[in-house]
Amino acid sequence: MTQTQNKHGRTISKLILAVVGMFGFGFALVPLYDVFCDLTGINGKTKGRYEASVETQIVDESRTVKIQFITHNNESMPWDFKPTVAEIRVNPGKMTQVDFFARNPTDRRMVAQAVPSLSPSQGVDYFHKTECFCFNQQVLEAKEETLMPLIFVVDKALPKDIKVLTLSYTIFDQSQFDQSGFDKKAFNQNKEDQVIVAGSL
Amino acid sequence: MSTAVDINAENNHDDHEHHGPAKGIARWLFTTNHKDIGSMYLWFSFIMFLVGGCMALTIRAELFQPGLQLMEPEFFNQMTTLHGLIMVFGAVMPAFVGLANWMIPMMVGAPDMALPRMNNWSFWILPFAFTLLLSTLFMEGGGPNFGWTFYAPLSTTYAPDTVTFFIFGVHMMGISSIMGAINVIATILNMRAPGMTLMKMPLFVWTWLITAYLLIAVMPVLAGVVTMMLMDIHFGTSFFNAAGGGDPVLFQHVFWFFGHPEVYIMILPAFGAVSQIIPTFSRKKLFGYHSMVYAVASIAFLSFIVWAHHMFTVGLPLFGELFFMYATMLIAVPTGVKVFNWVATMFRGSLTFETPMLFSIAFVILFTIGGFSGLMLAIAPSDFQYHDTYFVVAHFHYVLVPGAIFGIFAAVYYWLPKWVGNMYSETMGKAHFWLSFVGMNLTFFPMHFLGLAGMPRRIPDYALQFADFNSIASVGAFMFGTTQLLFLYLVIHCIRKGEKATDQVWEGAEGLEWTLPSPAPYHSFTTPPEVK
Repeated sequence: MTQTQNKHGRTISKLILAVVGMFGFGFALVPLYDVFCDLTGINGKTKGRYEASVETQIVDESRTVKIQFITHNNESMPWDFKPTVAEIRVNPGKMTQVDFFARNPTDRRMVAQAVPSLSPSQGVDYFHKTECFCFNQQVLEAKEETLMPLIFVVDKALPKDIKVLTLSYTIFDQSQFDQSGFDKKAFNQNKEDQVIVAGSL
Repeated sequence: MSTAVDINAENNHDDHEHHGPAKGIARWLFTTNHKDIGSMYLWFSFIMFLVGGCMALTIRAELFQPGLQLMEPEFFNQMTTLHGLIMVFGAVMPAFVGLANWMIPMMVGAPDMALPRMNNWSFWILPFAFTLLLSTLFMEGGGPNFGWTFYAPLSTTYAPDTVTFFIFGVHMMGISSIMGAINVIATILNMRAPGMTLMKMPLFVWTWLITAYLLIAVMPVLAGVVTMMLMDIHFGTSFFNAAGGGDPVLFQHVFWFFGHPEVYIMILPAFGAVSQIIPTFSRKKLFGYHSMVYAVASIAFLSFIVWAHHMFTVGLPLFGELFFMYATMLIAVPTGVKVFNWVATMFRGSLTFETPMLFSIAFVILFTIGGFSGLMLAIAPSDFQYHDTYFVVAHFHYVLVPGAIFGIFAAVYYWLPKWVGNMYSETMGKAHFWLSFVGMNLTFFPMHFLGLAGMPRRIPDYALQFADFNSIASVGAFMFGTTQLLFLYLVIHCIRKGEKATDQVWEGAEGLEWTLPSPAPYHSFTTPPEVK
């Protein structure tokens, strides 16, 4: 009898360990999912800030790529948010600036975060942003409006078969995090570090 | 526990738990007997089957005609959600645990389950879990209305406040299932009769062993995903909230990592039961026992690497679509092996068609149809058309109703005489089968056409051209639903007035459970039998 109980004890402890492990694995899937997307470059995540080097400044005049800009407001986000141009043609290697217009139509101060996504996802590695409003949160006072810059360069190594890249921004209302007593500075810092994670949309 | 000790205890005093059932309600509240607990699981599951069935009939009544007749869309959503949750977690899973409780100790020659007190606990959690879940219907905001798959953000940002009750309900069901699975594994691994090696175990025991491992692996992930929801809703985290840097698609990945093995949890024990029944009524040994075991194991393994075929339309990269498409189709291979073996077992056997055999044959045929529509859905490019249509509803009802539920009916008819000691009425059993068979096909077959024609699921209204097929489906649903009351009457009639069953019950039955008297004594195999 005690022998069976010992056997049961061993079986049960192993199984309980497996249960606890799998519970942890469920949570581990959250970062693993990001790591996986990062490694494979799928899901249209754009990269963080890009440091331009001299080599990349050489412009490939032989072809142009069409870049389209689209914007979305997340549910219940009241801002007017749109690109100043719908699409432009650029030569790979040429640094280009595009402004995005944003206006806060409400009577209160609001904080927003824009999250980028690029399509097709094979183009992600070749679309570099040297400056982007999406690297930071945007704060607009009541009725305030602003132009937000995006400076980017398309890599010369972009595969020839990709002729159109679509950059989509979704803007989220972050005001609740602003008002609920978060450590704003730490949060922003964190945001900058985590911009890739935020881009996992 | 030796027989000598048992006899001694019986002679000496009466308060010892090994004596036989206690009297009254205490017997059921405090029982540690695997047969009592098995019966409670089965009755509980049948009650939930009727509750979930009533919800299905509510849905079908609304869909009988186009337009909104009987209810608000909000209530319709609650009905579809609760129907799914109750059938999956309340009807099918507890029914299989009930069968496991009754049969596994008797089939491996053990006196009881390995952990009898935990067994009691894992059952008694369930009524509380489902009371919690169903009570939300009477609360402000209503019950869960986000579909049984409870995708975020429907189940987080846009959920009714009662979602917290749903989350705790799921936690409790998960704990119950995990404890049940631990119990099954410990029983099978440690308590087999001498001589019963793993490869001599009956297939029902094998399929349950593998199912139990699946439960151990995925129920904690389900608990994790509802915990993340809880944290998003109440503690300001952003696992699934894009505004805070999270990702709603993550929810679907984590959910289906649980959800796909879950569908095999609901079918593997039915495979096992059918693999016991078909040889009995074919009066032949099961064809390809070893390949059956390996097929079940391969299906279980593959179930972990196919989850994203539920998510073809979320924007997976091409590589992902191809991988999950081919991996899903691979499952057809071991499943095909099983279907082939069942057919080969029947081939040139001396077949008789008692009710359990009828349900088993219907299982083989109709489950195969459900498998084929599954293959169609697995084709990623065409899935974009089928996704979220009635074709999907038809597919999973074909694998769950004639798959899981017919498997359970077959098992209950097969072992009922052993449990209660009386034969059921074969006439009523056959009537139950044929009415269920016709009703079920009438309900779900037209849904294939509806889905291919583009009718979306989970919507209380539809375009006029879908009206005829929908009214046929509703008639079939009421036919199938009311037929189950006949089954209830049949079981009660069998217990009260049935003819005495022999110990062997079925002419061709083999296995340790048939060596016991009918009805099986309260304590069986207190001395382990010898298996040659």
